[in-house]
Amino acid sequence: MLKAPYVTNYLTEHFGEDDYGTLEGYKRRGGYEAARKALSQMSPEEVIDQVKDSGLQGRGGAGFSTGMKWSFMPKDSDKPKYLACNADESEPGSFKDRIILERGPHLMLEGILIAAWATGAEKTFIYCRGEYAFPGACVQRAIDEAYAAGVFGKNALGTGFQHDVVLMLGAGAYICGEETGLLESLEGKKGQPRKKPPFPAQYGAFGMPTTVNNVESFSHVPFIINNGAEWFKGFGTDKSPGTTIFGVSGHVVRPGLYELPLGTRLDEIIFEHAGGVPGGKKLKGAIPGGMSMPILPAGQLEVPMANEFLREHKTMLGTGGIMVMDETTCMVRAGVVISYFFRDESCGQCTQCREGTGWMHKVIERIERGAGTDRDIGILEDVAAKMEGQTICAFADAAAWPIQGLLRHFRNDFEEHVSRKKCPFSESFEL
Amino acid sequence: MVISEEIRAKIDAEIAKYPVKRGALLPALHLVQSEHGYISNELAKELGELFEIRPIEVMEVVSFYNMFYDSPQGRHHVYVCTNLPCSLRGGRDLLRQLESHLGLKPGQTSADGRITLNHEECLGACGYAPMMRVGAQYYENLDLEQAKKILSELE
Repeated sequence: MLKAPYVTNYLTEHFGEDDYGTLEGYKRRGGYEAARKALSQMSPEEVIDQVKDSGLQGRGGAGFSTGMKWSFMPKDSDKPKYLACNADESEPGSFKDRIILERGPHLMLEGILIAAWATGAEKTFIYCRGEYAFPGACVQRAIDEAYAAGVFGKNALGTGFQHDVVLMLGAGAYICGEETGLLESLEGKKGQPRKKPPFPAQYGAFGMPTTVNNVESFSHVPFIINNGAEWFKGFGTDKSPGTTIFGVSGHVVRPGLYELPLGTRLDEIIFEHAGGVPGGKKLKGAIPGGMSMPILPAGQLEVPMANEFLREHKTMLGTGGIMVMDETTCMVRAGVVISYFFRDESCGQCTQCREGTGWMHKVIERIERGAGTDRDIGILEDVAAKMEGQTICAFADAAAWPIQGLLRHFRNDFEEHVSRKKCPFSESFEL
Repeated sequence: MVISEEIRAKIDAEIAKYPVKRGALLPALHLVQSEHGYISNELAKELGELFEIRPIEVMEVVSFYNMFYDSPQGRHHVYVCTNLPCSLRGGRDLLRQLESHLGLKPGQTSADGRITLNHEECLGACGYAPMMRVGAQYYENLDLEQAKKILSELE
Protein backbone atom coordinates (compact mmCIF):
# COMPACT_ATOMS: atom_id res chain seq x y z
CA MET A 1 0.00 0.00 0.00
CA LEU A 2 1.23 3.50 -0.84
CA LYS A 3 2.60 5.67 1.93
CA ALA A 4 0.28 8.46 3.07
CA PRO A 5 1.01 11.86 1.47
CA TYR A 6 3.83 13.90 3.01
CA VAL A 7 1.45 16.82 3.41
CA THR A 8 -2.23 16.24 4.05
CA ASN A 9 -5.30 18.45 4.22
CA TYR A 10 -9.02 17.66 4.45
CA LEU A 11 -9.06 15.14 1.59
CA THR A 12 -6.25 12.88 2.75
CA GLU A 13 -6.38 13.73 6.47
CA HIS A 14 -6.93 10.09 7.50
CA PHE A 15 -4.94 8.39 4.74
CA GLY A 16 -2.21 7.47 7.21
CA GLU A 17 -4.67 5.40 9.25
CA ASP A 18 -4.94 1.91 7.79
CA ASP A 19 -8.53 1.23 8.88
CA TYR A 20 -9.77 4.29 6.97
CA GLY A 21 -10.07 2.02 3.91
CA THR A 22 -12.61 -0.17 5.73
CA LEU A 23 -16.28 0.71 6.02
CA GLU A 24 -16.15 0.66 9.79
CA GLY A 25 -13.07 2.88 9.97
CA TYR A 26 -14.53 5.26 7.41
CA LYS A 27 -17.87 5.53 9.22
CA ARG A 28 -16.15 6.09 12.55
CA ARG A 29 -14.65 9.26 11.05
CA GLY A 30 -18.01 10.53 9.84
CA GLY A 31 -18.11 8.57 6.61
CA TYR A 32 -21.35 8.42 4.58
CA GLU A 33 -22.93 11.20 6.67
CA ALA A 34 -22.69 13.55 3.67
CA ALA A 35 -24.45 11.01 1.45
CA ARG A 36 -27.11 10.47 4.09
CA LYS A 37 -27.65 14.23 4.28
CA ALA A 38 -27.82 14.65 0.49
CA LEU A 39 -30.17 11.70 -0.10
CA SER A 40 -32.54 12.45 2.76
CA GLN A 41 -32.47 16.24 3.18
CA MET A 42 -31.53 17.70 -0.21
CA SER A 43 -33.13 17.62 -3.63
CA PRO A 44 -30.95 16.64 -6.59
CA GLU A 45 -31.07 20.26 -7.77
CA GLU A 46 -29.85 21.49 -4.38
CA VAL A 47 -26.92 19.08 -4.52
CA ILE A 48 -25.99 20.17 -8.04
CA ASP A 49 -26.27 23.85 -7.07
CA GLN A 50 -24.07 23.37 -4.04
CA VAL A 51 -21.36 21.59 -6.04
CA LYS A 52 -21.64 24.26 -8.75
CA ASP A 53 -21.38 27.04 -6.15
CA SER A 54 -18.32 25.42 -4.61
CA GLY A 55 -16.47 25.94 -7.90
CA LEU A 56 -15.10 22.37 -7.83
CA GLN A 57 -13.22 21.72 -11.06
CA GLY A 58 -12.64 18.21 -12.38
CA ARG A 59 -9.33 16.80 -11.18
CA GLY A 60 -8.74 14.48 -14.15
CA GLY A 61 -6.91 16.99 -16.30
CA ALA A 62 -9.40 19.20 -18.15
CA GLY A 63 -10.54 21.18 -15.08
CA PHE A 64 -14.18 21.52 -16.12
CA SER A 65 -16.80 22.48 -13.49
CA THR A 66 -18.07 19.27 -11.87
CA GLY A 67 -21.47 20.73 -10.90
CA MET A 68 -21.95 22.08 -14.43
CA LYS A 69 -21.21 18.65 -15.87
CA TRP A 70 -23.84 17.09 -13.62
CA SER A 71 -26.40 19.68 -14.71
CA PHE A 72 -26.05 18.52 -18.34
CA MET A 73 -27.72 15.20 -17.52
CA PRO A 74 -31.27 15.15 -18.92
CA LYS A 75 -33.95 15.51 -16.24
CA ASP A 76 -36.90 14.13 -18.19
CA SER A 77 -35.30 11.15 -19.93
CA ASP A 78 -36.99 7.77 -19.60
CA LYS A 79 -33.72 6.01 -20.40
CA PRO A 80 -31.55 4.63 -17.61
CA LYS A 81 -28.79 7.05 -16.65
CA TYR A 82 -25.26 6.11 -15.68
CA LEU A 83 -22.16 7.48 -14.05
CA ALA A 84 -18.65 6.46 -14.97
CA CYS A 85 -15.79 6.93 -12.54
CA ASN A 86 -12.55 7.45 -14.41
CA ALA A 87 -9.94 5.47 -12.47
CA ASP A 88 -7.82 4.88 -15.57
CA GLU A 89 -5.03 7.07 -14.20
CA SER A 90 -2.34 6.75 -16.86
CA GLU A 91 -1.00 10.24 -17.45
CA PRO A 92 2.76 9.91 -16.94
CA GLY A 93 3.74 11.67 -13.71
CA SER A 94 0.32 11.04 -12.10
CA PHE A 95 -0.21 8.69 -9.18
CA LYS A 96 -2.67 10.60 -7.00
CA ASP A 97 -5.85 8.66 -7.80
CA ARG A 98 -4.03 5.48 -6.86
CA ILE A 99 -3.71 6.57 -3.24
CA ILE A 100 -7.44 7.35 -3.04
CA LEU A 101 -8.26 3.91 -4.47
CA GLU A 102 -5.90 2.24 -2.00
CA ARG A 103 -6.39 4.32 1.16
CA GLY A 104 -9.73 6.09 0.76
CA PRO A 105 -11.97 4.00 -1.51
CA HIS A 106 -15.09 4.79 0.54
CA LEU A 107 -14.49 8.51 0.11
CA MET A 108 -14.74 8.03 -3.65
CA LEU A 109 -17.75 5.71 -3.28
CA GLU A 110 -19.56 8.26 -1.09
CA GLY A 111 -18.93 10.94 -3.72
CA ILE A 112 -20.30 8.58 -6.34
CA LEU A 113 -23.49 7.96 -4.34
CA ILE A 114 -24.05 11.71 -3.93
CA ALA A 115 -23.45 12.29 -7.65
CA ALA A 116 -25.84 9.46 -8.48
CA TRP A 117 -28.56 11.12 -6.41
CA ALA A 118 -27.87 14.49 -8.05
CA THR A 119 -28.01 13.14 -11.60
CA GLY A 120 -30.59 10.39 -11.14
CA ALA A 121 -28.13 7.71 -12.24
CA GLU A 122 -29.03 4.11 -11.47
CA LYS A 123 -25.59 2.60 -11.92
CA THR A 124 -21.93 3.61 -11.77
CA PHE A 125 -19.19 1.90 -13.73
CA ILE A 126 -15.80 2.41 -12.13
CA TYR A 127 -13.23 1.98 -14.89
CA CYS A 128 -9.86 1.26 -13.29
CA ARG A 129 -6.68 0.75 -15.28
CA GLY A 130 -5.78 -2.94 -15.57
CA GLU A 131 -2.32 -2.51 -14.09
CA TYR A 132 -3.89 -1.21 -10.85
CA ALA A 133 -4.68 -4.75 -9.67
CA PHE A 134 -4.05 -3.92 -6.02
CA PRO A 135 -5.86 -0.55 -5.97
CA GLY A 136 -8.69 -2.25 -7.89
CA ALA A 137 -8.88 -5.00 -5.26
CA CYS A 138 -9.07 -2.35 -2.51
CA VAL A 139 -12.03 -0.75 -4.31
CA GLN A 140 -13.78 -4.09 -4.87
CA ARG A 141 -13.43 -4.91 -1.18
CA ALA A 142 -14.92 -1.53 -0.30
CA ILE A 143 -17.81 -2.07 -2.75
CA ASP A 144 -18.56 -5.50 -1.27
CA GLU A 145 -18.52 -4.10 2.26
CA ALA A 146 -20.76 -1.21 1.25
CA TYR A 147 -23.28 -3.55 -0.39
CA ALA A 148 -23.31 -5.83 2.67
CA ALA A 149 -24.11 -2.81 4.85
CA GLY A 150 -26.86 -1.52 2.54
CA VAL A 151 -24.96 1.56 1.37
CA PHE A 152 -25.66 0.56 -2.25
CA GLY A 153 -28.34 -1.57 -3.85
CA LYS A 154 -32.11 -1.27 -3.97
CA ASN A 155 -32.42 0.85 -0.84
CA ALA A 156 -29.21 2.84 -0.58
CA LEU A 157 -28.60 3.96 3.02
CA GLY A 158 -32.23 3.08 3.73
CA THR A 159 -33.48 6.06 1.72
CA GLY A 160 -35.32 4.13 -0.99
CA PHE A 161 -32.91 5.37 -3.67
CA GLN A 162 -31.48 2.60 -5.85
CA HIS A 163 -27.90 2.63 -6.97
CA ASP A 164 -25.50 -0.07 -8.13
CA VAL A 165 -21.75 0.05 -8.59
CA VAL A 166 -19.68 -2.09 -10.94
CA LEU A 167 -15.88 -2.16 -11.08
CA MET A 168 -14.24 -2.92 -14.42
CA LEU A 169 -10.53 -3.34 -15.01
CA GLY A 170 -9.09 -2.00 -18.25
CA ALA A 171 -6.24 -3.70 -20.03
CA GLY A 172 -3.43 -1.25 -20.65
CA ALA A 173 -4.44 1.55 -23.01
CA TYR A 174 -3.74 5.20 -22.12
CA ILE A 175 -6.49 6.40 -24.47
CA CYS A 176 -9.17 4.78 -22.29
CA GLY A 177 -8.63 7.66 -19.87
CA GLU A 178 -10.22 9.91 -22.51
CA GLU A 179 -13.87 9.92 -21.50
CA THR A 180 -15.36 8.59 -24.72
CA GLY A 181 -12.52 6.10 -25.18
CA LEU A 182 -13.44 4.92 -21.69
CA LEU A 183 -17.08 4.51 -22.72
CA GLU A 184 -16.11 2.46 -25.78
CA SER A 185 -13.93 0.25 -23.61
CA LEU A 186 -16.77 -0.20 -21.10
CA GLU A 187 -18.82 -1.52 -24.00
CA GLY A 188 -16.21 -4.19 -24.70
CA LYS A 189 -14.64 -2.46 -27.69
CA LYS A 190 -11.33 -0.93 -28.71
CA GLY A 191 -10.98 2.30 -26.72
CA GLN A 192 -11.16 4.64 -29.69
CA PRO A 193 -12.70 8.01 -28.72
CA ARG A 194 -16.04 9.10 -30.17
CA LYS A 195 -16.82 12.21 -32.14
CA LYS A 196 -18.61 14.84 -30.07
CA PRO A 197 -21.44 15.83 -30.21
CA PRO A 198 -23.33 13.91 -29.07
CA PHE A 199 -21.77 14.40 -25.65
CA PRO A 200 -21.86 11.62 -23.03
CA ALA A 201 -24.69 13.33 -21.13
CA GLN A 202 -26.86 12.67 -24.19
CA TYR A 203 -25.27 9.50 -25.56
CA GLY A 204 -22.86 7.83 -23.15
CA ALA A 205 -22.26 4.29 -21.92
CA PHE A 206 -24.35 1.80 -23.90
CA GLY A 207 -26.04 4.76 -25.58
CA MET A 208 -27.50 6.07 -22.32
CA PRO A 209 -27.02 9.50 -20.68
CA THR A 210 -23.75 9.29 -18.75
CA THR A 211 -21.55 11.57 -16.68
CA VAL A 212 -17.87 10.76 -16.42
CA ASN A 213 -15.90 12.12 -13.43
CA ASN A 214 -12.41 11.48 -12.14
CA VAL A 215 -11.70 9.60 -8.87
CA GLU A 216 -10.45 12.69 -7.06
CA SER A 217 -13.33 14.86 -8.32
CA PHE A 218 -15.83 12.50 -6.69
CA SER A 219 -13.77 12.42 -3.51
CA HIS A 220 -14.06 16.17 -2.85
CA VAL A 221 -17.86 16.05 -3.00
CA PRO A 222 -18.62 14.64 0.50
CA PHE A 223 -16.64 17.53 2.04
CA ILE A 224 -18.58 20.09 0.01
CA ILE A 225 -21.90 18.59 1.10
CA ASN A 226 -20.84 18.41 4.76
CA ASN A 227 -19.24 21.85 5.04
CA GLY A 228 -20.83 23.91 2.29
CA ALA A 229 -19.65 25.72 -0.82
CA GLU A 230 -18.27 28.71 1.10
CA TRP A 231 -16.07 26.48 3.24
CA PHE A 232 -14.67 24.82 0.12
CA LYS A 233 -13.93 28.19 -1.44
CA GLY A 234 -11.79 28.96 1.59
CA PHE A 235 -9.12 26.73 0.06
CA GLY A 236 -7.25 27.55 -3.14
CA THR A 237 -7.69 30.59 -5.37
CA ASP A 238 -10.82 32.56 -6.33
CA LYS A 239 -11.10 30.74 -9.64
CA SER A 240 -9.66 27.37 -8.58
CA PRO A 241 -10.99 26.42 -5.15
CA GLY A 242 -10.08 23.43 -3.03
CA THR A 243 -6.97 21.37 -2.60
CA THR A 244 -5.51 18.74 -4.89
CA ILE A 245 -3.02 15.93 -4.45
CA PHE A 246 0.15 16.94 -6.25
CA GLY A 247 2.47 14.10 -7.30
CA VAL A 248 6.13 15.07 -7.43
CA SER A 249 8.60 12.89 -9.30
CA GLY A 250 12.00 13.04 -10.96
CA HIS A 251 14.99 14.89 -9.53
CA VAL A 252 13.76 15.87 -6.07
CA VAL A 253 14.87 14.82 -2.59
CA ARG A 254 11.38 13.63 -1.52
CA PRO A 255 9.33 12.38 -4.47
CA GLY A 256 5.78 11.54 -3.47
CA LEU A 257 2.32 12.98 -2.88
CA TYR A 258 1.42 16.35 -1.34
CA GLU A 259 -2.11 17.57 -0.73
CA LEU A 260 -1.99 21.35 -1.01
CA PRO A 261 -4.41 24.14 -1.93
CA LEU A 262 -4.65 24.97 -5.62
CA GLY A 263 -2.61 28.08 -6.23
CA THR A 264 0.36 26.90 -4.16
CA ARG A 265 3.47 28.11 -5.96
CA LEU A 266 5.33 25.54 -8.01
CA ASP A 267 8.71 26.50 -6.53
CA GLU A 268 7.27 26.10 -3.02
CA ILE A 269 6.12 22.57 -3.85
CA ILE A 270 9.44 21.58 -5.40
CA PHE A 271 11.88 23.25 -3.00
CA GLU A 272 10.07 23.54 0.32
CA HIS A 273 7.89 20.45 0.28
CA ALA A 274 9.78 18.03 -1.95
CA GLY A 275 13.19 19.13 -0.67
CA GLY A 276 14.57 20.56 -3.92
CA VAL A 277 17.04 18.98 -6.32
CA PRO A 278 19.40 16.41 -4.78
CA GLY A 279 23.20 16.51 -4.97
CA GLY A 280 23.44 20.31 -5.00
CA LYS A 281 22.47 20.37 -8.67
CA LYS A 282 20.49 23.14 -10.30
CA LEU A 283 16.98 22.70 -11.61
CA LYS A 284 16.63 22.89 -15.39
CA GLY A 285 12.91 22.54 -15.95
CA ALA A 286 9.69 21.10 -14.52
CA ILE A 287 6.57 19.70 -16.13
CA PRO A 288 3.69 21.02 -14.00
CA GLY A 289 0.75 18.73 -14.67
CA GLY A 290 1.47 15.35 -16.19
CA MET A 291 3.47 14.70 -19.33
CA SER A 292 0.93 16.23 -21.72
CA MET A 293 1.46 19.67 -20.25
CA PRO A 294 4.23 21.93 -21.60
CA ILE A 295 7.36 22.22 -19.49
CA LEU A 296 8.40 25.34 -17.56
CA PRO A 297 12.04 26.50 -17.37
CA ALA A 298 13.76 27.23 -14.06
CA GLY A 299 12.97 30.93 -14.37
CA GLN A 300 9.19 30.46 -14.37
CA LEU A 301 8.63 28.35 -11.27
CA GLU A 302 7.10 31.11 -9.17
CA VAL A 303 3.78 30.47 -10.86
CA PRO A 304 0.82 29.52 -8.62
CA MET A 305 -0.47 26.04 -9.51
CA ALA A 306 -3.90 26.95 -10.85
CA ASN A 307 -5.04 27.13 -14.45
CA GLU A 308 -5.68 30.88 -14.50
CA PHE A 309 -1.97 31.46 -13.73
CA LEU A 310 -0.45 28.52 -15.59
CA ARG A 311 -2.23 29.52 -18.80
CA GLU A 312 -0.23 32.76 -18.84
CA HIS A 313 2.84 30.54 -19.08
CA LYS A 314 1.28 28.51 -21.92
CA THR A 315 0.81 25.43 -19.80
CA MET A 316 -1.88 23.89 -17.54
CA LEU A 317 -2.48 22.16 -14.24
CA GLY A 318 -3.50 18.88 -15.91
CA THR A 319 -3.39 16.13 -13.29
CA GLY A 320 -0.99 17.99 -10.99
CA GLY A 321 1.80 15.50 -11.70
CA ILE A 322 5.02 17.52 -11.35
CA MET A 323 8.16 16.12 -13.01
CA VAL A 324 11.40 17.79 -12.05
CA MET A 325 14.55 17.70 -14.19
CA ASP A 326 17.99 18.80 -13.04
CA GLU A 327 20.72 20.54 -15.02
CA THR A 328 22.23 17.27 -16.32
CA THR A 329 19.03 16.38 -18.18
CA CYS A 330 19.11 16.36 -21.97
CA MET A 331 15.80 17.84 -23.09
CA VAL A 332 16.09 16.12 -26.47
CA ARG A 333 16.26 12.76 -24.71
CA ALA A 334 13.25 13.80 -22.64
CA GLY A 335 11.59 14.55 -25.99
CA VAL A 336 12.46 11.08 -27.29
CA VAL A 337 10.83 9.46 -24.25
CA ILE A 338 7.76 11.71 -24.44
CA SER A 339 7.24 11.28 -28.18
CA TYR A 340 7.75 7.49 -27.96
CA PHE A 341 4.97 7.28 -25.39
CA PHE A 342 2.47 9.15 -27.56
CA ARG A 343 3.47 7.19 -30.66
CA ASP A 344 2.93 3.97 -28.72
CA GLU A 345 -0.43 5.02 -27.28
CA SER A 346 -2.08 6.75 -30.26
CA CYS A 347 -5.27 4.79 -30.95
CA GLY A 348 -4.69 5.22 -34.66
CA GLN A 349 -8.05 6.42 -35.88
CA CYS A 350 -7.09 9.99 -36.89
CA THR A 351 -4.35 10.41 -39.50
CA GLN A 352 -2.87 13.58 -37.95
CA CYS A 353 -2.30 11.77 -34.66
CA ARG A 354 -1.32 8.32 -35.93
CA GLU A 355 1.21 9.74 -38.43
CA GLY A 356 2.14 12.88 -36.50
CA THR A 357 3.18 11.08 -33.31
CA GLY A 358 5.36 8.74 -35.39
CA TRP A 359 6.97 11.62 -37.28
CA MET A 360 7.72 13.54 -34.13
CA HIS A 361 9.37 10.55 -32.48
CA LYS A 362 11.40 9.73 -35.60
CA VAL A 363 12.68 13.28 -36.00
CA ILE A 364 13.54 13.80 -32.31
CA GLU A 365 15.27 10.45 -32.16
CA ARG A 366 17.32 11.45 -35.24
CA ILE A 367 18.31 14.76 -33.62
CA GLU A 368 19.34 12.93 -30.42
CA ARG A 369 21.56 10.54 -32.42
CA GLY A 370 23.36 13.51 -33.94
CA ALA A 371 21.91 12.81 -37.39
CA GLY A 372 19.52 15.77 -37.37
CA THR A 373 19.75 18.64 -39.85
CA ASP A 374 18.89 22.33 -39.66
CA ARG A 375 15.51 21.56 -41.22
CA ASP A 376 14.48 19.06 -38.54
CA ILE A 377 13.55 21.56 -35.86
CA GLY A 378 11.27 23.28 -38.36
CA ILE A 379 9.74 19.94 -39.31
CA LEU A 380 8.98 19.26 -35.64
CA GLU A 381 7.25 22.60 -35.25
CA ASP A 382 5.31 22.06 -38.44
CA VAL A 383 4.12 18.56 -37.51
CA ALA A 384 3.14 19.65 -33.99
CA ALA A 385 1.15 22.60 -35.34
CA LYS A 386 -0.69 20.36 -37.80
CA MET A 387 -1.71 17.91 -35.07
CA GLU A 388 -3.18 20.50 -32.74
CA GLY A 389 -6.96 20.87 -32.82
CA GLN A 390 -7.36 18.61 -35.85
CA THR A 391 -8.50 15.33 -34.37
CA ILE A 392 -11.46 13.59 -32.73
CA CYS A 393 -10.02 13.81 -29.21
CA ALA A 394 -7.40 15.86 -27.37
CA PHE A 395 -4.73 13.14 -27.50
CA ALA A 396 -3.01 14.73 -30.51
CA ASP A 397 -2.90 18.08 -28.70
CA ALA A 398 -1.53 16.33 -25.64
CA ALA A 399 1.19 14.82 -27.83
CA ALA A 400 2.05 18.10 -29.55
CA TRP A 401 2.06 20.43 -26.52
CA PRO A 402 5.00 18.95 -24.59
CA ILE A 403 7.17 18.96 -27.71
CA GLN A 404 6.20 22.57 -28.44
CA GLY A 405 7.06 23.37 -24.81
CA LEU A 406 10.52 21.81 -25.14
CA LEU A 407 11.18 23.79 -28.32
CA ARG A 408 9.89 27.00 -26.73
CA HIS A 409 12.16 26.84 -23.70
CA PHE A 410 15.03 24.52 -24.62
CA ARG A 411 15.54 25.15 -28.32
CA ASN A 412 19.23 25.52 -27.61
CA ASP A 413 19.46 21.86 -26.61
CA PHE A 414 18.04 20.84 -29.99
CA GLU A 415 20.24 23.24 -31.96
CA GLU A 416 23.39 22.08 -30.20
CA HIS A 417 22.65 18.46 -31.09
CA VAL A 418 22.36 19.47 -34.74
CA SER A 419 25.48 21.69 -34.87
CA ARG A 420 27.72 19.31 -32.88
CA LYS A 421 26.25 16.22 -34.56
CA LYS A 422 25.99 14.47 -31.18
CA CYS A 423 24.32 14.71 -27.80
CA PRO A 424 26.26 17.22 -25.71
CA PHE A 425 24.85 16.01 -22.37
CA SER A 426 27.18 13.29 -21.15
CA GLU A 427 25.67 13.11 -17.67
CA SER A 428 22.04 12.87 -18.69
CA PHE A 429 19.98 9.73 -18.17
CA GLU A 430 20.69 7.26 -20.98
CA LEU A 431 18.08 6.09 -23.42
CA MET B 1 -15.21 -26.29 -25.05
CA VAL B 2 -11.80 -25.03 -23.95
CA ILE B 3 -12.97 -22.54 -21.33
CA SER B 4 -13.48 -24.30 -18.00
CA GLU B 5 -16.85 -24.48 -16.23
CA GLU B 6 -15.44 -22.44 -13.38
CA ILE B 7 -14.30 -19.57 -15.60
CA ARG B 8 -17.50 -19.81 -17.61
CA ALA B 9 -19.54 -19.29 -14.44
CA LYS B 10 -17.45 -16.24 -13.56
CA ILE B 11 -17.98 -14.82 -17.05
CA ASP B 12 -21.74 -15.28 -16.66
CA ALA B 13 -21.59 -13.36 -13.38
CA GLU B 14 -19.78 -10.52 -15.16
CA ILE B 15 -22.30 -10.48 -18.02
CA ALA B 16 -25.09 -9.97 -15.49
CA LYS B 17 -23.54 -6.65 -14.42
CA TYR B 18 -23.85 -4.97 -17.82
CA PRO B 19 -26.92 -3.80 -19.74
CA VAL B 20 -25.42 -5.25 -22.93
CA LYS B 21 -23.66 -8.61 -23.00
CA ARG B 22 -20.56 -7.30 -24.76
CA GLY B 23 -19.86 -4.96 -21.84
CA ALA B 24 -18.36 -8.00 -20.10
CA LEU B 25 -15.88 -8.77 -22.90
CA LEU B 26 -12.85 -7.19 -21.20
CA PRO B 27 -13.57 -8.90 -17.86
CA ALA B 28 -14.09 -12.17 -19.76
CA LEU B 29 -10.77 -11.80 -21.58
CA HIS B 30 -9.00 -11.19 -18.25
CA LEU B 31 -10.61 -14.32 -16.82
CA VAL B 32 -9.85 -16.54 -19.81
CA GLN B 33 -6.30 -15.25 -20.01
CA SER B 34 -5.74 -16.00 -16.33
CA GLU B 35 -6.55 -19.63 -17.13
CA HIS B 36 -4.84 -20.01 -20.52
CA GLY B 37 -2.06 -17.41 -20.51
CA TYR B 38 -3.06 -15.92 -23.85
CA ILE B 39 -6.03 -15.71 -26.20
CA SER B 40 -5.65 -18.32 -28.93
CA ASN B 41 -7.74 -18.38 -32.11
CA GLU B 42 -9.69 -21.24 -30.62
CA LEU B 43 -10.50 -19.21 -27.50
CA ALA B 44 -11.43 -16.21 -29.63
CA LYS B 45 -13.87 -18.42 -31.51
CA GLU B 46 -15.43 -19.67 -28.32
CA LEU B 47 -15.66 -16.19 -26.82
CA GLY B 48 -17.13 -14.96 -30.11
CA GLU B 49 -19.91 -17.52 -29.85
CA LEU B 50 -20.53 -16.63 -26.22
CA PHE B 51 -20.69 -12.87 -26.89
CA GLU B 52 -22.43 -13.26 -30.25
CA ILE B 53 -19.69 -11.44 -32.14
CA ARG B 54 -17.20 -12.64 -34.75
CA PRO B 55 -13.84 -14.06 -33.60
CA ILE B 56 -12.08 -11.25 -35.47
CA GLU B 57 -13.90 -8.74 -33.25
CA VAL B 58 -12.56 -10.53 -30.20
CA MET B 59 -9.02 -10.44 -31.63
CA GLU B 60 -9.44 -6.78 -32.53
CA VAL B 61 -9.95 -6.06 -28.83
CA VAL B 62 -7.12 -8.40 -27.82
CA SER B 63 -4.65 -6.65 -30.14
CA PHE B 64 -5.72 -3.15 -29.05
CA TYR B 65 -4.88 -3.61 -25.36
CA ASN B 66 -1.32 -4.11 -24.09
CA MET B 67 -2.36 -6.50 -21.33
CA PHE B 68 -3.98 -9.07 -23.64
CA TYR B 69 -1.77 -11.49 -25.55
CA ASP B 70 -2.35 -13.46 -28.73
CA SER B 71 0.69 -15.71 -28.32
CA PRO B 72 2.18 -17.80 -25.49
CA GLN B 73 4.01 -15.81 -22.80
CA GLY B 74 6.42 -16.62 -20.01
CA ARG B 75 4.88 -17.70 -16.71
CA HIS B 76 5.83 -14.32 -15.23
CA HIS B 77 5.69 -10.98 -16.99
CA VAL B 78 8.39 -8.68 -15.76
CA TYR B 79 7.82 -5.09 -16.85
CA VAL B 80 10.19 -2.27 -16.05
CA CYS B 81 8.74 1.22 -16.38
CA THR B 82 10.84 3.40 -18.71
CA ASN B 83 8.61 6.45 -18.95
CA LEU B 84 10.09 9.86 -18.11
CA PRO B 85 9.70 9.95 -14.29
CA CYS B 86 11.27 6.49 -14.04
CA SER B 87 13.96 7.31 -16.64
CA LEU B 88 15.01 10.29 -14.52
CA ARG B 89 15.57 7.96 -11.55
CA GLY B 90 17.32 5.00 -13.17
CA GLY B 91 14.47 2.97 -14.69
CA ARG B 92 16.36 2.48 -17.94
CA ASP B 93 19.55 1.46 -16.16
CA LEU B 94 17.56 -1.12 -14.22
CA LEU B 95 16.06 -2.52 -17.42
CA ARG B 96 19.48 -2.75 -19.11
CA GLN B 97 20.98 -4.49 -16.10
CA LEU B 98 18.12 -6.98 -15.98
CA GLU B 99 18.53 -7.60 -19.70
CA SER B 100 22.12 -8.66 -19.20
CA HIS B 101 21.35 -10.52 -15.98
CA LEU B 102 18.65 -12.58 -17.67
CA GLY B 103 20.23 -12.64 -21.14
CA LEU B 104 16.98 -11.37 -22.63
CA LYS B 105 16.06 -8.46 -24.84
CA PRO B 106 12.77 -6.63 -24.20
CA GLY B 107 9.92 -8.77 -25.45
CA GLN B 108 11.84 -12.05 -25.16
CA THR B 109 10.98 -15.04 -22.97
CA SER B 110 13.55 -17.16 -21.13
CA ALA B 111 14.21 -20.63 -22.60
CA ASP B 112 12.57 -22.31 -19.60
CA GLY B 113 9.41 -20.28 -20.15
CA ARG B 114 9.74 -18.69 -16.72
CA ILE B 115 10.09 -14.98 -17.49
CA THR B 116 9.04 -12.60 -20.24
CA LEU B 117 10.96 -9.34 -19.87
CA ASN B 118 9.71 -6.05 -21.24
CA HIS B 119 9.59 -2.31 -20.75
CA GLU B 120 6.30 -0.62 -20.06
CA GLU B 121 4.87 2.87 -20.15
CA CYS B 122 3.87 4.79 -17.02
CA LEU B 123 2.43 2.56 -14.28
CA GLY B 124 1.46 5.28 -11.81
CA ALA B 125 4.42 4.76 -9.51
CA CYS B 126 6.30 7.92 -10.51
CA GLY B 127 7.18 8.92 -6.94
CA TYR B 128 8.63 5.49 -6.18
CA ALA B 129 10.93 4.99 -9.17
CA PRO B 130 12.60 2.88 -10.35
CA MET B 131 9.95 0.20 -10.32
CA MET B 132 8.87 -2.98 -12.01
CA ARG B 133 5.63 -4.87 -12.31
CA VAL B 134 5.69 -8.65 -12.03
CA GLY B 135 2.25 -9.86 -13.04
CA ALA B 136 -0.18 -7.99 -10.81
CA GLN B 137 2.45 -7.04 -8.24
CA TYR B 138 4.31 -3.71 -8.10
CA TYR B 139 7.87 -3.48 -6.72
CA GLU B 140 8.96 0.11 -6.10
CA ASN B 141 12.07 2.06 -5.04
CA LEU B 142 14.15 -0.79 -6.47
CA ASP B 143 17.83 -1.35 -6.91
CA LEU B 144 19.40 -4.08 -9.03
CA GLU B 145 20.11 -6.45 -6.14
CA GLN B 146 16.53 -6.29 -4.87
CA ALA B 147 15.18 -6.80 -8.39
CA LYS B 148 17.46 -9.81 -8.97
CA LYS B 149 16.35 -11.35 -5.70
CA ILE B 150 12.67 -10.90 -6.58
CA LEU B 151 13.22 -12.53 -9.96
CA SER B 152 15.19 -15.43 -8.49
CA GLU B 153 12.24 -16.28 -6.27
CA LEU B 154 9.79 -16.63 -9.17
CA GLU B 155 8.87 -20.22 -9.94
